[in-house]
Amino acid sequence: MLQDKDRIFTNLYGDQPWNLADAQKRGIWDNTKALLDMGPDSIIGQIKESGLRGRGGAGFPTGLKWSFMPKESDGRPSYLVVNADESEPGTCKDREIMRNDPHRLLEGCLVAGFSMKASAAYIYIRGEFVMEARVLQAAIEEAYEAGLIGKNACGSGYDYDIVLHRGAGAYICGEETALIESLEGKKGQPRLKPPFPAAVGLYGCPSTVNNVESIAVAPEILRRGAAWFAGLGRPNNTGTKLFCVSGHVNTPCNVEEEMGIPLKELIEKHCGGVRGGWDNLLAIIPGGSSVPMLPKSVCDEVLMDFDSLKAEQSGLGTAAVIVMDKSTDIVEAIANLAHFYMHESCGQCTPCREGTGWMYRVLTRMVRGQASVGEIDQLYEVTKQVEGHTICALGDAAAWPIQGLIRHFRPEMERRILEYRKQAA
Amino acid sequence: MSGAAGPAVEQPASFEFEPEVWAQAEKIIARYPEGRQQSAVMPLLDLAQRQHGWLPQAAIRCVAEKLGMPYIRAYEVATFYTMYNLAPVGKFHLQLCRTTPCWLRGADELRRAIKDRTGLSHAGVSDDGQFSLVEVECLGACCNAPMIQINDDFYEDLDYESCTNLLDRLAKDDVPAPGPVNGRRFSEPAEGRKTLLDRVEGAS
Amino acid sequence: MPKLTVDGIEVEVPAGATVLQACEAAGREIPRFCYHERLSIAGNCRMCLVEMEKAPKPIASCAMPAGDNMVIHTDSPTVKKAREGVMEFLLINHPLDCPICDQGGECDLQDQTMAYGRGGSRYDENKRAVKEKYMGPLIKTIMTRCIHCTRCVRFVEEVAGVPDIGAINRGENMEITALESVVDSELSGNVIDLCPVGALTSKPYAFNARPWELRKTEGIDVMDALGSNIRIDARGREVLRVMPRLNEDVNEEWISDKTRFACDGLRRQRLDRPYVRVDGRLKPASWAEAFRVIGEKVASVEPSKIGAIVGDMAALEEMTALKDLMAALGSPNIDCRADGAKLDGAHRGDYLFNATIAGIEDADAVLLVGSNPRKEAAVLNARIRKAWVQSAGALKVGVIGENADLTYPTTYLGAGPETLTELLNGSHSFCDVLKGAERPLIIIGAGALAREDGAAVHAAARRLADQIGAVSDDWNGFSVLHTAASRVGGLELGLVPGDGGQDAAAMLAGGVEVMFLLGADEVDTAGLSDAFVIYQGSHGDAGAHAADVILPGAAYAEKAGTWINTEGRIQMAEPANQTPGEAREDWKILRALSAHLEHTLPYDDISALRGRIGELIDGFEMVDLARPGTQGPVRDDAGEMSDAPFACPVTDYFMTNPIARASQTMAECSELYSVGKAGAGEATGTNG
Repeated sequence: MLQDKDRIFTNLYGDQPWNLADAQKRGIWDNTKALLDMGPDSIIGQIKESGLRGRGGAGFPTGLKWSFMPKESDGRPSYLVVNADESEPGTCKDREIMRNDPHRLLEGCLVAGFSMKASAAYIYIRGEFVMEARVLQAAIEEAYEAGLIGKNACGSGYDYDIVLHRGAGAYICGEETALIESLEGKKGQPRLKPPFPAAVGLYGCPSTVNNVESIAVAPEILRRGAAWFAGLGRPNNTGTKLFCVSGHVNTPCNVEEEMGIPLKELIEKHCGGVRGGWDNLLAIIPGGSSVPMLPKSVCDEVLMDFDSLKAEQSGLGTAAVIVMDKSTDIVEAIANLAHFYMHESCGQCTPCREGTGWMYRVLTRMVRGQASVGEIDQLYEVTKQVEGHTICALGDAAAWPIQGLIRHFRPEMERRILEYRKQAA
Repeated sequence: MSGAAGPAVEQPASFEFEPEVWAQAEKIIARYPEGRQQSAVMPLLDLAQRQHGWLPQAAIRCVAEKLGMPYIRAYEVATFYTMYNLAPVGKFHLQLCRTTPCWLRGADELRRAIKDRTGLSHAGVSDDGQFSLVEVECLGACCNAPMIQINDDFYEDLDYESCTNLLDRLAKDDVPAPGPVNGRRFSEPAEGRKTLLDRVEGAS
Repeated sequence: MPKLTVDGIEVEVPAGATVLQACEAAGREIPRFCYHERLSIAGNCRMCLVEMEKAPKPIASCAMPAGDNMVIHTDSPTVKKAREGVMEFLLINHPLDCPICDQGGECDLQDQTMAYGRGGSRYDENKRAVKEKYMGPLIKTIMTRCIHCTRCVRFVEEVAGVPDIGAINRGENMEITALESVVDSELSGNVIDLCPVGALTSKPYAFNARPWELRKTEGIDVMDALGSNIRIDARGREVLRVMPRLNEDVNEEWISDKTRFACDGLRRQRLDRPYVRVDGRLKPASWAEAFRVIGEKVASVEPSKIGAIVGDMAALEEMTALKDLMAALGSPNIDCRADGAKLDGAHRGDYLFNATIAGIEDADAVLLVGSNPRKEAAVLNARIRKAWVQSAGALKVGVIGENADLTYPTTYLGAGPETLTELLNGSHSFCDVLKGAERPLIIIGAGALAREDGAAVHAAARRLADQIGAVSDDWNGFSVLHTAASRVGGLELGLVPGDGGQDAAAMLAGGVEVMFLLGADEVDTAGLSDAFVIYQGSHGDAGAHAADVILPGAAYAEKAGTWINTEGRIQMAEPANQTPGEAREDWKILRALSAHLEHTLPYDDISALRGRIGELIDGFEMVDLARPGTQGPVRDDAGEMSDAPFACPVTDYFMTNPIARASQTMAECSELYSVGKAGAGEATGTNG
C-alpha cells in the first residue's frame, strides 16, 4: 500500500480547510518561484522523466504533450485549458481536488502554463459542480490577492491569469475540442483533427488541454523530483493515482494509491471488499464507463495500470472502478450506459447520432430477452460500425461497453432470449 | 434542454437583467479576451435562468443581443446543454442521477421515494410547484451513490428512507445541509479508512 | 505540392488540398453528403471515409489535408464496410417516402444508397419523426428526412451572411430549424439545392413535377444585371422552375430568390394577343390590325416626334431591330436608359463593372457609391461578402448612400455627394483606407447615376478612382453596377439619343407624339397622355396600361436571346418554351412591323440578325467572356453635384419587374418581408 508520505492529495477527504493558509501548511505554493526558475525546458524535462501519463483517460504522456506547444510565439498567445468537466460515469476524483485542495490545482496551472509559455489557464468545470466551482473561484481570488497568479505571478516576473468557466451539462465537453468549442460559447461539438489544439486550439491559438489531476500533481513532482514519482508504480505506468471505487463494495471511496496496485487489493484494502465477499463478484468496469468490463476471473489478478488493463482488452481510463456483484442485471447495467451515451451524443456525426440510439434500443429489448440470438451478432456489428468511424471518441466509448458485455456475457444474453421465447410460446 | 423542438410553455414577452445581476455578468464577460465575449454565453444564460427561475426565449434573445451573437447561436447553446430549463421548474428541482454507478446502489429506490412523496414519476412539476423532477445522467459523485442534485446541491449516500426524509423537510421549506446524508466526510470510506489518518481534523 | 498514392495511382495535388480532392484527381469518386466545395468543412456525415495506411482507423477524406507519401485506399473492404455502415445509419431514421418526396430522382441519398448501400435494413426499432419547421414561403421542410449534414446552416451563415438557420438540441434529437421565422436572405432558395435529401424543398414547386419529366434549357437570368447562369425547367408550355448553372465567373452556383422563384410570373398577366385602343378601351386585335393602326399613326407624324425607350429585360436581338427601325424611320429619339441613368455610352470603361464579378475577391478595399448590392444584385453581394470572409474580416467596405445591412460589416461614410467631395479633397478618414489599398474597388450604382446630377457624380467617382489608384495597368477598380439586364447591351449597341434626339426623360415628358415602349414598364407614363403609345412586351403591366397598341412579345424564357451583363460579358440563352397565344419573339415582331412600315429590316433569321449585331458590337464573338473596357477622359462639363442623398432604386426587392410583379410567390414574399427582408430593419422574429 502506498504510504501516506508518498501521497500527493493530502487533503483528499477535506480533513482540513481548502483555503490558502491551510493549503500553504500542506506545502502548496511553497516557493513556487523556485519551480518556475527551473525554466520551461527543465520543467517539461522533469515531467517527461517522471513518466506521468494523462489522468483524464487516454494516458498520453503529459510532458510530451506540453512539449508540442510552440517554443516561440507567432504573435498568438498560448493557453492551458484544464479539463474539469468530470462526467465519465464512475469518476469523481477531480471533484475532490477542486473542493478540498483547489490550490494544488492552481499551482499546477501556473507551473504547467509557464512551461508551455501560456498566458492564461482556462479551467472548464462541469456545470453541475456548483459548490466546487464556488470553492475554486474563491481560491482563484485568494491566489490573485496573494500575488501568486496575475501580474508577476509568485514574483517570477511572469504574468498569468486563471479563469474558471462553468459548463452547463454535457458529457461531450470532456472531449478536448468540444470543450474548446464550449469555452468559445458554442455547442460542445468536437472539432475535426487535424489541426490539433497545440496548433489551433482555444480562440484559434495554441492550446493544451489537460485533466485536473494531471495538472495538480505537477508541482509535487517538481518538488520531490521526477525520480520519486517514477519510482512508484511500474515502468511506463508510474506514480500515484486517484482511484474512484463505486458500486457493490462495502465502503465506496476515492483513494490515492500507487499505480499498478492489484485490483483486488484496491477493493479489499480501501473499500471493505466486494459486497458479500470477493466470490460474490460478477464483473468490474475498471476505468469509467467507456472501457470494456472485466469478468471476475480477470479481476482476481489484474493490476490497475494502463498497460495491464490494455492487455486485458480494457483500459485504465479515469481509474474509476465500478464493481458489480452477482445480484447485478449485467445486461441492464450496460443498457443503462448505452442510454447514457445516447443521451450524451452531440448529434454531429452520423454513426454516433444514429448508432447510439439503435444500440440502446436493441439492448433494452435484450434486457427482457426480447430479441433473437442472431441480433447479438448484429448488435456487435453495429458497435463495430460506430467504432472508429466517428469524429471523436464518444462513438468508441459507446461501443466498447457493449462489446465487453457480448464478449464476456453472451451466454447470459442468449439465456434470456431463450427464456423469453419459452414464455412467449 | 427540456422539450425537443422548443417547449410549448407560455413565454414572457421580454426579459431584462436586473442591475445587480448584470453587474455580475459584466464581470464575467471581462474575464474573456477582447472580441471573445461570446464565451460568456453559458454563464450569462445561467445568470438569466437564476434570475427568472427558468430560461425563457426572451432571456436567450437578451443574452444573444448583449453578446452580439445571432439569436440562433445562443438558442443552440440553450438547447444543447441539459442544465438550461426551458420550461418552469419547481421550487426544488430534483435531478435524479440514473446512470449505472448510482443505479447499482439503488437509484431506483430513490425514484420510488420521489414518486411516493411527490407523485412525480418521470419528469415534470408537482401540482403545488414545490418539486420538479428530471432524470439526469452521471453527476460525478459516484463514490457517494446514489444521489440527487436538488437545485445547486448534491445530496448523497441516500436510500429510500433518507430520501423520503429529505423530501419531507424540503416540502416544509426546511433545507438540510448538502453532502452525504449519513454523516460521512466527503468521499472517504464510510468506515475502515486506512489513509491520511494523521490528517484528520485536530490530529495534525 | 504533396504527392500521394490513391489506389495505386500516384497523384500530385496543390498544397492545402484535401485527401478527397486527391482522390478525385486520381479519378476516384468519393461519396459525400456534408462536404461542399463552397462551404466550410464539417466532416460530419462520415460518408467519405477512406483508408490511409498507417492510420489506425478510416479517415474522413474531406477533412484530411493531403500529405506527402500518403497511401490511400478507396476500394478496400474496410472502406466498403465503412460506407455501408454510414449508409445504414443514415437510412435507419430516414423515411421510405421516396414516392411522395419531391427530391425523388435527384436525391443524393437515393443515388448513393443505390451505389454504396447494402440493400436491406436490419433496423427493427421505430423510426424517428420530426416536426416540420416553418422557414417562410419559399422553403418547404419535411424534417424527418433530414440527415443533419448542416449544409443549410453553413450556407446561410457563411455565404448568405444571415445566420437564421441552426441545429438545436443534441444527439438524435438534433433538429435543423429557423426558429419558425423566414430566412431573411435574398439567397435563401439555394439551401434547397444544397440539401442532399428532401428535407428542404421548394415550396412553390411542391408536387409539381418529377425531374425526368422536365425539359431542361440553359438560360440567362434577367432579374438583375448579373446575367446569372440558369437552367430553366419546363414541362409542356409551363416553366416550372429555375435552377442555377455553375459559372465561376458570374454566379458560382448560386442564384437569388427572385431569379429562382419569380418563374410563376411567366404564366400570369401575359399578353397573348395584340390589342388596340378603341374609344379609350383596349380591344383584342389581329396582328394585321395592330400594325395597320401603328402604320397610320407613324405616317402621320414627323420622324422627330417618334421615340423609343427600351425596358430593363430586353435582349440584344430586339434592341438591334428597334435601333435599326428607328434609324430607318429617321428618328434620333431612342434611349435604353429608362431610369434616366446619366451614362453616355461613349467609353465602355465608364459603364462596365470593370473589376469583374470574380475580381471582387481580389479587391482589398471597397467603396459603394449609391449602390445597395444586396437588393440590386444579391449574388454579387455574396461575392463581396466572400471577399470579406476570405480576408478574415480585414476587407473594409465603405458606404455612401443608404446605410443598409449588407450581411458584412460596412463603414458608413455618408448619405450623398458631399461625402464623395470629402473623399476627393482628402478630408474624410476613409481616404486612408482607399489610398492604402492596392486594389481598391469603387462600385457606383443606379442610386448615384439615375438622377439629375448623375454625370457629375460619375465624374467625381472617376476622379476619386484616379486619385486613389483604382485604375492601373493590372487593375481596373472603377465599376458600375447596373440594375437592368438590358442596360450594358443597350449602351454597347448605342441606344442613346442621336444628334438632336431626346432622352428618356424628355420623351416621357411629352416630347414625342409616338412613343414605342419596348418592354419598358419601370417608367412614369403620366406625361404620355397625349402621345400614341405602342407597348411591346410580355406582361400586362405599367407600359401596357398606357398603351394604344399592344404587341405581345416573349418573356426571357421564351426567346433565343443575348444579353450583356454588367461586366460586359456576352451570354446567350436558348428558348425554354414557346410564347403564349399569338405572342412572338420580339425581334420578329419588329422585323414584321418594319416590313409593314416599308422599312424592311435586312435580316430574315437570327443568324443574319446576329451578324448585324456583330457589326455594331466589337468582340461580339467573345461569348461568355468578360470584355473589359477602358475609361474615357473625365468629363469637365458634367456640372455640379447636388446635395440630395443617394437613394436605392429598389424599394421592394421582390417587385422590380413585370414578371416578378406577376408572380404570386413574389407577391407573398413582398407582403411578408419586403420591409424586414433586405431592408435596414432587423428581423423581429415575429414576422411569420
